[in-house]
Amino acid sequence: MPDAKSPTGESVISVDKVVKEFGPLRVLDGVSLDVTRGQTVAIVGRSGSGKSTLLRCIAGLETVQGGGITVCGHEVGRPGSAARAQLRRDVGMVFQSYNLFPHLNVERNITLALTLVKKQSKEEAKKRAAEVLSMVGLTDKIASYPEQLSGGQQQRVAIARSLALQPQVMLFDEVTSALDPELTAEVLGVMEDLAHHGMTMISVTHEMGFARRVADVVVFMHQGKVWETGPTADVFANPRTAEFKQFVGSEL
Amino acid sequence: MNQLSFNHVVYLVEAARWTILLSVIAFIGGAMVGLPIALMRVARSKVLRGLASGYIQLIQGTPLLIVLFLSYFGLGILGYKLDPLVAAGISFTIYAAAFLGEIWRGCIEAVPKTQWEASDCLGLNSFQQYAYVILPQALRIAIPPTVGFMVQIVKNTSLASVIGFVELARAGQIVNNSTFEPFAIFTAVAAIYFVLCYPLSVAARTLERRAHAGR
Repeated sequence: MPDAKSPTGESVISVDKVVKEFGPLRVLDGVSLDVTRGQTVAIVGRSGSGKSTLLRCIAGLETVQGGGITVCGHEVGRPGSAARAQLRRDVGMVFQSYNLFPHLNVERNITLALTLVKKQSKEEAKKRAAEVLSMVGLTDKIASYPEQLSGGQQQRVAIARSLALQPQVMLFDEVTSALDPELTAEVLGVMEDLAHHGMTMISVTHEMGFARRVADVVVFMHQGKVWETGPTADVFANPRTAEFKQFVGSEL
Repeated sequence: MNQLSFNHVVYLVEAARWTILLSVIAFIGGAMVGLPIALMRVARSKVLRGLASGYIQLIQGTPLLIVLFLSYFGLGILGYKLDPLVAAGISFTIYAAAFLGEIWRGCIEAVPKTQWEASDCLGLNSFQQYAYVILPQALRIAIPPTVGFMVQIVKNTSLASVIGFVELARAGQIVNNSTFEPFAIFTAVAAIYFVLCYPLSVAARTLERRAHAGR
C-alpha cells in the first residue's frame, strides 16, 4: 500500500524504560518505545499485557514508578499542573467507552474545551465543531445527545472532540472493542484517514487487520514488556517469538 | 375546657406555616453548608476530607434533639439567648448539612471516573471539570434522594417544639391542652404533615423513575 505521509524522523514520543506498578503488581516492566512524527503505531497483545496501561501512562493519566516519558518535549508522569496543561494541548486521547459528556449535545461536547481551554469565542468554537464533525461524517448529528447516537457514532464524535483541539499526537485505547463489526469499520475508517493525513498516532487495538493495513510499526506486548517490535510487514511476516506466533495465530 | 372548633383547625394550619418556614430554612441552610461539605469529602487534600468526614460523623452520631437543646438552652446558659426560630434554624442547618453533604458526596462519586479522565484529557482544570462536567451530572443523580431527604426534614421539624418553637406539632399540643381531645387533634396534625410530605414523596419517586429511565 502506498504511504501518503512522510515521517520526518523527528521523535515525538519517547518512552524510556518505564516501570509501572499497581501495588505489588508490576504492569509495565521496563518498556521503551520511540515514535517519530507522522508514524502510526499499533500496540497489540493479550488482555493484561500492559498495553492499555502504557497508553494511559503516555497520556499522563497514570504516574510511573520508574523510567521516563517525553511527549512533544513535555515530560509526562511527573506531578505539576503546568507541565500537564502543556501536555494536554498536544495529546488527544480516545477511550474504549467513548466518554462523551452525556448531559451535553454533540456540538457542546466539542466546543466545551475549545471555549474553556483554548479560550476561543463561541463562533470560532462552533465553526471548528462543524469542521471536525464533517471530518468524521456526522455533520447532521450536531444537535444530538450522546444517548441518541450509536456506539460507532459516539466514538466518531469522541475522535472529533479530540481533533478539534488540534493535537500533535492522538492516542486510541481499544476504541473499537465495544463495537460490532459494522460500527468498528466506520470508526477504523476515520482513524485510517487520520493516519493517511500524517497524524502521529498510537493505537492499542485488537484489530489485526487494521494494524496490518495502517500501522507503520507494530509493538507486541507480553507480560509488561515490549516482546517484539518493528515495521509492520516485517513483524507479521517473520514473528521471532513463540508468544507472538501464537498470538497472531489465535487472532486469525 | 374549650370545645374543639374550626378556629382550632385554622390555628393548626397557621402553625403549619412555621413548619414550612423552618423546613425551607433547614433546606437552604443545609444546602449552602452541605455542598462545600460534599466537595470537601471528595477533595484531594486529606485535611479537608478528614474535616468534612469528622463533621458528618459527629452530627450523624448526635440526636437532633440534643443539637436543638445545645443551641437553645446551652447557648442560653452561656449568655447567647437565641430566639427559638433562630436556634431551630441553626440546628436544622447543622443537621441537614451533614446528611445532604453525605448524600451529595455519593452522587458526585456516582459520576463515572472516566468522565474525569475524558475532561482531564481535554485540558479542563479541576474547577472546570466540576463546574461543566461532574456537578451537572451529579445534580441529575442527586435530585431524587435530595427530595426524599426533604421529607425527613419536614417531619423532623416537629422536634423544634421542645425548645418552644410553635410549629405544627407544638400547636397541636397547645390546642390539646385547652380542649383535651388528643385523638382528633393529633389526627388533624398528622393529616397536615401528610399533606406537606406526600407531594414530596411522590415527586421523589417520579424523579427517581425518570432518572433511571434516562440512563
